Parts: sequence; C-alpha cells; structure tokens
Amino acid sequence: MTVAGRPPERERGGAALLDAVLRFRALGLLVALVLLVAVTWLANSRFLSAQSIRDILLATALTLLLACGMTMVVVGRGIDLSVASVLGLSAFGTATVLADHPGLPVPLAALVGLAIGAACGTVNGLVIAYGRVPALVATLGTLYVFRGLVYFLAGGSRISAGELPRGFLDFGTARVLGVPWLFLIAVAVLLAVGEFLRRHRAGRDLYAIGSHEEAARLAGLPIPSRLLLAYVVSGTLAGLGGVLYAARYGTVDASAGYGMELDIVAAVVVGGVAIFGGSGSVYGAALGALLLTVINNALPVLGVDPFWQRAVVGALIIAAIALDRLVALRVAASLRGRDDAHVH
Amino acid sequence: MSTENAARWPRLPRRLAGWDAAVVALTVLTLLVASGAVDEFGTTRNATFLILDLAPVLLLALPMTLIVVSGEIDLSVASTVGLTSALMGELWAGGLPLETIVPLAVLAGAVLGAFNGLLVTVLGLPSLAVTIGTLALYRGLAYVLLGDTAVADFARDYTRWANGSLGGGWVPNVVPPILLLVVAFALALHATPVGRAIFAMGANDTAAAFAGIPVERTKFLLYVVSGAVAGLVGVYWTLRYSTARADNAEGLELTVVAAVLLGGVSIYGGRGTLLGVVAGVVLLTSLQNALRLAKVSADALTVITGTLLILSVLLPNVSAALGARLRRRTPAPPPSPSPPTPAARTAVPLPEPTRRDGRP
Amino acid sequence: MTRTPAPTTKPGRTRARRAALALGLALTLAACGGTTRDSEEERDDAPAGDATADPDAAYATDLSVAMLPKSVNNPYFEASSEGAERVVDELAGSYEYTGPSDASASSQLSYVNTLSQQATDVVLLSANDPNALCSALEQARALETTVVTFDSDVAPECRDVFVSQVDGAEVGGALLEMTAEQIGGEGEIAILSATANATNQNAWIDTMEAELAENPDYADIELVAVAYGDDEDEKSFRETQGLLAAHPDLAAIVSPTTVGIAAAARYLQGSEYRGEVALTGLGTPNQMREFVADGTVTEFALWDPTALGELAAYAGAAVASGIITGAEGETFTAGELGEYTVGPDGVVTLGPPTRFNADNIDDYDF
Repeated sequence: MTVAGRPPERERGGAALLDAVLRFRALGLLVALVLLVAVTWLANSRFLSAQSIRDILLATALTLLLACGMTMVVVGRGIDLSVASVLGLSAFGTATVLADHPGLPVPLAALVGLAIGAACGTVNGLVIAYGRVPALVATLGTLYVFRGLVYFLAGGSRISAGELPRGFLDFGTARVLGVPWLFLIAVAVLLAVGEFLRRHRAGRDLYAIGSHEEAARLAGLPIPSRLLLAYVVSGTLAGLGGVLYAARYGTVDASAGYGMELDIVAAVVVGGVAIFGGSGSVYGAALGALLLTVINNALPVLGVDPFWQRAVVGALIIAAIALDRLVALRVAASLRGRDDAHVH
Repeated sequence: MSTENAARWPRLPRRLAGWDAAVVALTVLTLLVASGAVDEFGTTRNATFLILDLAPVLLLALPMTLIVVSGEIDLSVASTVGLTSALMGELWAGGLPLETIVPLAVLAGAVLGAFNGLLVTVLGLPSLAVTIGTLALYRGLAYVLLGDTAVADFARDYTRWANGSLGGGWVPNVVPPILLLVVAFALALHATPVGRAIFAMGANDTAAAFAGIPVERTKFLLYVVSGAVAGLVGVYWTLRYSTARADNAEGLELTVVAAVLLGGVSIYGGRGTLLGVVAGVVLLTSLQNALRLAKVSADALTVITGTLLILSVLLPNVSAALGARLRRRTPAPPPSPSPPTPAARTAVPLPEPTRRDGRP
Repeated sequence: MTRTPAPTTKPGRTRARRAALALGLALTLAACGGTTRDSEEERDDAPAGDATADPDAAYATDLSVAMLPKSVNNPYFEASSEGAERVVDELAGSYEYTGPSDASASSQLSYVNTLSQQATDVVLLSANDPNALCSALEQARALETTVVTFDSDVAPECRDVFVSQVDGAEVGGALLEMTAEQIGGEGEIAILSATANATNQNAWIDTMEAELAENPDYADIELVAVAYGDDEDEKSFRETQGLLAAHPDLAAIVSPTTVGIAAAARYLQGSEYRGEVALTGLGTPNQMREFVADGTVTEFALWDPTALGELAAYAGAAVASGIITGAEGETFTAGELGEYTVGPDGVVTLGPPTRFNADNIDDYDF
C-alpha cells in the first residue's frame, strides 16, 4: 500500500499535494506517450497517418474496456483474472448465435454477449463477496472454468468471417467522423465508469473498502453488495469486449483473448492503480492501456526485434510501480516536513 | 491483508486442518478409484510417467508454499524456468561443459529470484505486481536470448538420466533428489525457527517485525530460494525434453499456484502445510493422468481444476458459516477461543506467542 | 538449493562468502574435462532397419490408430482427422483423436506416453517440437507402436515415416511465384509467419530467402521484414498493421500460415491498403472465400488437410502391416490417392500445393 492509498481528506495541505502528485503521474504517462509517438514518428512518418492512428485506437478499445472493469475491481482491493476467459466465452457465444441465426438484429446478439459476461461476473462476485473466497483464488479458478467451457463448446471449430452477418462485421470497422465506433464505445464506458467512481456513492464505497475493509465494515458500508457490483460490471464489460472482439476480428475460435488478463492487469498497474486497492483512477488505467498499445504498435515500426516486445512491457510494469513507490515515499516525507512547519 | 486475517482468526486453525486432511483423503481416494476404474493407471509404468510429469510442478510448489505462507506470491517462476532453460541452451551451444552450465543455471535462477526479492523487500513493492512484471520480463528475455531457435543436442547421458529410472526399475532417477528437497522444505517450514518466522510474518508482518523477526531479509531469501529452485527446474525441464527453447514451461505458474492453493495454503498468508501442498500436486497430476488414460478430453480437466480450486476455499467457508449458525441455535459455549485440536496443532504450527508480543 | 532461509540470529555474510567459494570451486573443477557439445558428436540410432518390407502384403485389419495433433482446438487438424478416420474405418480398425488443448511439446509428451501405455498400434503425430518427444517416441516404438508424423516432423530417427504435406522447396517456390505474379516481379515484400519457433514456416522462409538471393527472376524483389503473429488472430492482425506502417512501399505480404493470412486479409479489407498491397500465402478456402470474392486476395495456396490425414493413416497402416519399413524406395498404395514412394529419410510427400483463386475456390469445402 502506498501513501496515495489513504483518503486524501485526512489533511488539507496533503490533499492538495497528493492531487498534484497524481496529476504529475498522469502527466508523466502523457509525456512518455508523447515522446514515444514523437520518436516513432520521426523514424517513420507513416506512424501518424490517419490509418495508423485508427488502428491504434481500435486496438486500444478492447484493452480500455476491460481495464475499466479491472480498475473497479482492483480499487476495491480485488483482482479479476478471469476477464480474458469471459471475453473468449462471450465472443464465441455471440458469434455462434449470429452464425446460427443470421436474421438476428445485431444489438440483440450483443445483448447475448453482455448477458454471458454479466453471468460470469455474477459467479465471480457471489463466490468472492458472499463465499468469502479471496479474489485471486476465485478468479484464477474461473479463469480455468470459463476457458474450459469455451473449449468444450467450441471444440476444434472456428467461426470465420464468412459465417457472420455483413452488418455485424461492418460495425467492427465502421467509424464516425473518422473515429472508429469501437473506440467511441470504449470512451463512453470510460467516462461512465470514471463518473461512477468519482461521484457515485457506491463508487466511493469501493475506494473505502479497498483502503481498509474492516473500517469500511465498521462504517456500515454494504461490502458484499458493493463487491458483487464491481465484479458484475467487470464481467459485463468483458462480455461487451467479447462482442467487439467478434465484430473486429471476424474469426473466433476457442482461444479468443487467451492470456489477455496479464495485459489488462499491466495496463491498470502502469496506469497507477494500486494493486492492493484504495487508490487510482480509471483515467490513469486508460492512459496505461493506451501507452501499452502504442508500445506494441511502435516497436515493429521502430524496427525493434519483436522478441524484445515482452521484455519491454515487463520492464515498464516494474518501472511504473517502482516510480510510484518512490514518489509516494517522497510525498510522505515532504508531508511530514509540512506538518512540522505547521506546528511552529 | 493482515487485518482481515485477524478478524477471522478464531475459527481458522480447525477449518484449515480439516481441508488439509480432506485434500490428502481426496488424493488417496482419487488414486484408489483411478487404479480400479482406469486400466493401466495402477501400473508401475504409469507411476513412472506420473512422477516425471509431476516433478516440475512439485519442485516449484515447494518454495511457492513458503512464499505464500509468508504472505507474498511469486508469479514469475515459470518464466524463470524458461529463461534459465534458454540460458542453458545458449551456453551449451557456446561449447561450455554441462557440469559448468548446471550450477550456472541454478545461480542465474537465484539471481533472478534475488531481483524479485529486492523489489519486494527493499523497495517495498507489492509482490503480485512485481512478479507479474518479471513474468513478462523474464519470458521476454528468454525470447531475446534464444529467439526462434531451439537447442536440442544435449549430452545423451544427461537426458537419459533425466528420463531414466533407478537401476532400470520403475522409480525415476529424479525421485531421491526430489524427496530430499520435499523433506528439507517440510522441515524448514514446520520444524525450524525460520519456519515459525515465516508463519508469523504471514499472519501479520508488522507484529512479526516487532517480535524481532527480520521480515525483509527472510522474504528476500525466500525469493532467492524460489529462483534457485526454478533454475533447477529449468535444468530438469531442458534435459527431460532434450530441448532448450524460450517458451519452455510457459503458463506453468498458474498450475503451481493452483496446486499450492488447492493444498490448503491461504492466499492471505500465515496458514498452510507442506503435506497438503504435496497432496494438492499429486491430486492435480494424477487426475490429469487418469482422465487422459480414460480418454476424457483435456477440456474437462481445465474445468475440474478451476472448480476444485474454488471449492477448496469455498467449502470450508460455507461449512464454517453453517456450523456457526448451528452453534448459535444450540446454547453451546461460545466457540471463539476454542483450543485447537491436537491434529490442528501439529498441522498448523501457528506462532501465537509471537503474535501477542507483536501487538503494540 | 536445499539451503533453507538462514536463521536470522547469525550473521549471513560469512555464509554467503562460503557459498560463493563453494560455487567457484565447483565451477573450476567442472571447467576442466566436462561434457561439452563437442564431445557429443556421435549420434547413434539409424532408423530401425532389422525388419524387411513385404510390398505384396495386405493391410492388416483391427489396427488401433490414434491421431495426436499439435492441439485439439484446431480446425486444420479436425480436417486431417476426418480423412484418417475414414481410412481407418475402411480398414476395419479402431480410431481415436486425442491431444492437449495447448500446442506445447511438454503436454504432447504426456499424450505420447498415454498412447503407448494403451498399446496403440499406430500413432499419427504432428509434433510441436522436433526433439522434445524423441525419448518418449523411442520407448513407444520399442513397444511395437508405429509412429508416423505428418504436417510437422520430429528427428528422423524417432519415427518410422514422415508424411509431408508438400516438399518444403515447392512451398517456398510456389509462394514466391504467386507473389511475383501479383506484384509484377518487383517491389518490397514482407512475411507474416506463425510462431518464431515454427519448424515448417522457418524452413519455407529459408527457401524463399535462398530463392530471392539466387534466382534472377526475383532480382527486383526485396524481402524487408519477417513478422510473427504467433498463430493468434489478434497478434497477426496487429503485426500486419505494424508491417504496413513500417514499410510504406510494401508491395506484398506473404503469410505462410492459415491464421496469419486470414487475419491479414481482414485487416487489409477494412483499411486503405486494400487493393494496393497484395496478399498471398497459405490459407483454407472456407476462411478466404470472402476475401477472394471481394478482391482483397487474388490467389493463395494450400494442400488438402483431409487428404494429408488419409495418406498419414495409410502410411501408418502400411508400416504396421509390414508393407513398408520406412526405407527409401519402398512403395505402397494409399487407396484412391494412388501409389506413393518413400523418399530419403523416410519421407512420403503428398504432392504440390493446390492454388486457389476466384475460378476454382468454390470447388473446395474445408
């Protein structure tokens, strides 16, 4: 737990400083992002072509969606490792429904995906909030279970673009004023979750639970129902991610989204959400998601050996959390200094 | 973490002992049923394969148990296996003798573990985030090292040893060293001051620190040991499959964590037994083996693993809740400070005095 | 490593020094006269050659045959399995399709062990690694199991016969030929491959590189990049966009993997590069039909995986029945597929790849 995890209301002066630090952190991410884009653009001007930017936005959309749900869960001191499996289950479910009933309106099929996600999230939430199973254990378990279900349903089959309705696939690449639809959806979700966490009662409760569960309990917060809500939202967003995945890629098999959970956790952690809860914002997570996507897209353009990709991402995660820690220690020290000054 | 622990404290020892016993019983039952119901399962030949298959998971689960009991986690173990394996391939291709490569690989593993340990103890970073980072980093470095190549022409004497059996019988050559390690880890955890210190810091590391336990140094050493064992597994994996490649053991960390948790170790730290973990590993691997022999598809196994994992925590919780409700109805004495049963005391040597001392 | 965490009452430094000393000693001792790569030159085990072939023997009935693909969740191998199952049914044997859900050599090894325990007569294997399975395969063969690899081979001494989908040189050649036709013989090209470890793809890429360097017909074609999509749709998709962004003058992408070409086609279809950049490679007609119809892709190639499965099953049955032993020059008849001859190193080749374009694609369904 970092200092940033404490409720900022504790000290007025501290609150302002903390706020500044959090802004500074977002600023740091932005600077890194701009630098990376600039360097890549200098190396190859095509990197900032409309097409290339659209590609990056599209690729970010999925990570962004799942990172929103993950932020809610992590802020409440949980984790959801099952998101990639939920995404796979929803993508395959939606694609199957659409392939079997070509006449079905696309929004209705999307609802199927959302419902699958919500159901998975409910399972997670019930086991964690009411069964009191640690989130890491529960979602590691459902990571296996949900993926096993996809394997079971799909077997060796693959639904290819040809079997899906044209309208659904077009939706995957369609754009408004040059901006891909999928990205707009993700941004809408981002703003909604951001608003919820910032202003809504239940959202604030999640921060309280993540900061100190026992204190939150004593303060009379309905912990199980809040946690359940967080996991249902995370599952539903993963379900939505599955629908968008199917629309975007057109080809869906049992391994859709396999291993993606680590990217999502990485985006959230790089974005400054404390892994043990109570602190961080969904906008930070969004920046993290964007940065990781840009790195993934920039490395091949920069001609970096693709083998380095993973190592770079790993190093970045470590650097981000180490930096957070150092900044937090600094702030703690300077806060102490201020208090002393106050006493005089 | 620790606060939660403290809140649920009174009922825990008995519950946990119950799960330990349950896992061991379930494992024995699985072995018996499988021997009866599945042809070929109970043969010595199958036992050989079974042991060879469970060796890497079991080895990695040993230090993982200690780390999880101490309240931390190490998700980078499989990537460490991959990186040491890649390193081994690189050095072998470079013409170094295997007798030099093996200690170097283990040393490399220890260094990788030490890096984790430094980040967790000196910088005080959350181990979950750190080891997710090194999971990606170490695997990435393995790819940087070997890229798309595989080194395969390892000395036949060594690869034969890794796959061979004692005196041509059915007991694999790797059994004695593994048994030695299992006993060493079991003793370290359950019969030494260090073991008690690990339980103490897992239950509450602030309290443990106040009680004079060098929490950081112990945790650091745990990561070094975990890395070194992963290096050893890297060597074993490379020789067993006669192939050093960057993707060796990819994804194995989840199996190891699943086995440890299935064995009744609490993810919050402070509770667990090595016997339970060994049973957990055997249960997972023999189920897998039996289902394969029974021609059940691999998908079923994925679902079963996940379900078992959740049930391993959910069932004791539910039964405890039901038990509490029953007790509330009957006018029995309050259950809270009930002395642990003898079985629980041997199974979970919890450092109660330390905890009390540690409270400020 | 048996060293457990040091009891904390004692100073750890002397201990560490002692450990370092011991290690250094071990290294020095080991350095003189150890087992190095150079001392391991001799590799024994020529293909088991004590049996003799009887070309006139009939196919045995009641054979138990199992297909072990790279992973079970793969439509390509399902198609092969259909072919193999048909042949086994014809020969009145029993058939099983089994394997791991992840494409790794280690999980495949357990399946090899399981099959040999069940005394399976013939194993049809597509290997995830050329060497990792060898010792298990040797054990299986010692217990009278015939091992036939198809699609992806293991080291020749570890199996009886390898049924190759195509001649490696032919694939590389055909890919380059199609590419050259589509870009008018000049320009920059890039390859979108499967995983960096994939045996087949790497062999084909090598052939293509050699051809590009030597064949004067391709003098104006330059290979500028090789990207790896890991046979994952999403990664392949991303790598395609990376290639196009990095190389503005790219004329063509060659993707010698079914996952890669489909993902690249999806990307091209929705981007401004459609029609500008040519795409060819190896793909299945069902996946590519749409892209050929709308002009994103002109022509691509593949062999028929079902026929490959059939041939593998016949080859396995032929070895198990004593018709062939896997030595060069032996022949056997594979039902309607016709007569095949065993080549050097026990390789049987299905035939040249089939090319699919707007004219013929609707004749195929796989």
